[in-house]
Amino acid sequence: MSETPTPSAAPAKRPAGRGRNLELSDALKAYKGVWVFIEHDRGHVHSVSWELVGEARKLADKLGCAVAVVVLGGPDEALEKFANEAFTYGADKAYIVHDPVLKGYRNEPFTKGLTDLVNKYQPEILLLGATSMGRDLAGSVATTLLTGLTADCTELNIDPATRALAATRPTFGGSLYCTIMTLAYRPQMATVRPRVMLMPKADASRTGEIVHDTLGMVETQIVTKLLDFIADAQSNKINLPYADVIVSGGKGLKTPENFKLVFELARVLGGEVGATRPCVQAGWVEADRQVGQTGKTVRPKLYIAAGISGAVQHRVGMEASDVIIAINTDANAPIFDIAHYGIVGNAMQVLPALTQAFAAHFAQRSRKVA
Amino acid sequence: MHIVVCIKQVPDSAQIRVHPVTNTIMRQGVPAIVNPYDLFSLEEALRLKDKFGGKVTVLCMGPPQAEEALRKCISYGADDAVLVTDRAFAGADTLATSYALAAGVRQIAKEQAVDIVFTGKQTIDGDTAQVGPGIAKRMGLQLLTYVSRIVETDLQGQTITVERRAEGGVQLLKTALPCLITMLENTNELRFAGLPAMIHAAAYPVRKWNKEEAGIEDLEKIGLKGSPTVVSKVFGPSPRSQKPEMLDLSTSNLRDVSLNLLQKVFTRHPTLEADLLMKEMS
Repeated sequence: MSETPTPSAAPAKRPAGRGRNLELSDALKAYKGVWVFIEHDRGHVHSVSWELVGEARKLADKLGCAVAVVVLGGPDEALEKFANEAFTYGADKAYIVHDPVLKGYRNEPFTKGLTDLVNKYQPEILLLGATSMGRDLAGSVATTLLTGLTADCTELNIDPATRALAATRPTFGGSLYCTIMTLAYRPQMATVRPRVMLMPKADASRTGEIVHDTLGMVETQIVTKLLDFIADAQSNKINLPYADVIVSGGKGLKTPENFKLVFELARVLGGEVGATRPCVQAGWVEADRQVGQTGKTVRPKLYIAAGISGAVQHRVGMEASDVIIAINTDANAPIFDIAHYGIVGNAMQVLPALTQAFAAHFAQRSRKVA
Repeated sequence: MHIVVCIKQVPDSAQIRVHPVTNTIMRQGVPAIVNPYDLFSLEEALRLKDKFGGKVTVLCMGPPQAEEALRKCISYGADDAVLVTDRAFAGADTLATSYALAAGVRQIAKEQAVDIVFTGKQTIDGDTAQVGPGIAKRMGLQLLTYVSRIVETDLQGQTITVERRAEGGVQLLKTALPCLITMLENTNELRFAGLPAMIHAAAYPVRKWNKEEAGIEDLEKIGLKGSPTVVSKVFGPSPRSQKPEMLDLSTSNLRDVSLNLLQKVFTRHPTLEADLLMKEMS
């Protein structure tokens, strides 16, 4: 939850002192178990929820406790199916609430639903995806429960000394990382972005216990009305976090016309196009294509960075890629520090050459297969 | 119509450098700016004022020098500015920050009732996106985050209809005023501050409130004491131990380098070629 702690003011070595919240009360010691909020929409569970169930399993095994998921939705939604799927990824228990007012996400009923379940069943850790839904909900739930919330974590662990959740996140745009703990309050809440944690392997033989609960809220009590949901057109859908191949461009490409070379290579590779924040700000590409601290976190098999210098803000969003190729005219560009392969050269020339090479290679291989 | 826009003064993160040995932020020479996300909310507030008349008040919690960020907002067209500043606020995390800002908004509302509170989507230094939802919850305001468009504002009926960016689509939401809105980035273009406006802003008496003036009732809820999170460790990103393999353009031609790179990538990631080929065939 920390709002940019000033490193000079709150260093690690500073002794635990006056005013800091370090002691857990006896009442809160009863809080047990790791929970994951399952995010779903129109019949589909967001993958980040499964990634978090996998992460919750690891934390619970360290603590010796159970993993539970919370699934909130409308009367006709397949919440039990989602719960059963959660069991295959490592959950032991599922708390399900079906209610007409929970059809489609709204802050007020979802905050009440999740807050009431937490107060009733008392988990020690609560994880949510750092999506537009998860962040909206997590901030409201943490404020209602008056507990600590750490946003956009890149690593979750259990501190051996306190058995508290040690949540690590980048701060100052990725220039620094800090590990944040909530010692005197429960549950300890954290959000994690899609694709930051690995997708767990499903074990079809795993099962769990389903607990049904009620919301106790009616539509007339809810001020905000969901009038409509306008789904993005299929053609406009950019799913950067889950793309296998991403070709990204930076300001080194100089003009939006040159940026088309990035699109051409991406097309040949069947991949997505990414970009740095300056390119998005200049209006060269849509905001949905931005990779980095204030954009998307990606984890493709292949990431090609063309004309990108590799500022930390960009790096934190893509450094987990399997293979990184960097093309830049400046041999000292920081992007080469994290690349697996580097070409010091003009991206405007290298990109078409790579496009040709890949196209020719695939044409040849396709013929062989046929 | 009275609108309060909460802003934060942040270091320009694009220019931040970390000391390689001590892992502390080197602030010298790093300019302080208005959090860029807040400016989309400020512009939206100013547009509502243009349309319906009324007043825009900007509110900030921070050290005395954050006054400059508020002046900047005055230069764009905000009518009044309040800086909530007190040593007791130091060390606040987002929960404690939302308590202090909610108190500030309540004090402002005592002078004139508030219809809408705006905050930025998130800040560029903390990136938490938690203070907006926190203020809304503390004040019992309806919360509209990631708003991409204000569709309709009905002052008579005290309602507002907005489009909210969600995963895979846009929600059309209608709620009652007062409410709290966080605007999505790139949803509007900030107006230009002319020279007379800048001169007006430079001389504008920003109101500075200490914790009593800001109406803080419970000292346990602000600063370090009011913050449930504890920073246990701060460290720099770990450098990758492995050096990249550089392909030299000076010794061979571009085509050979490209083909060579292809082979290397497919050798390093054995399933990638098959995956790409499958996609190609389908």
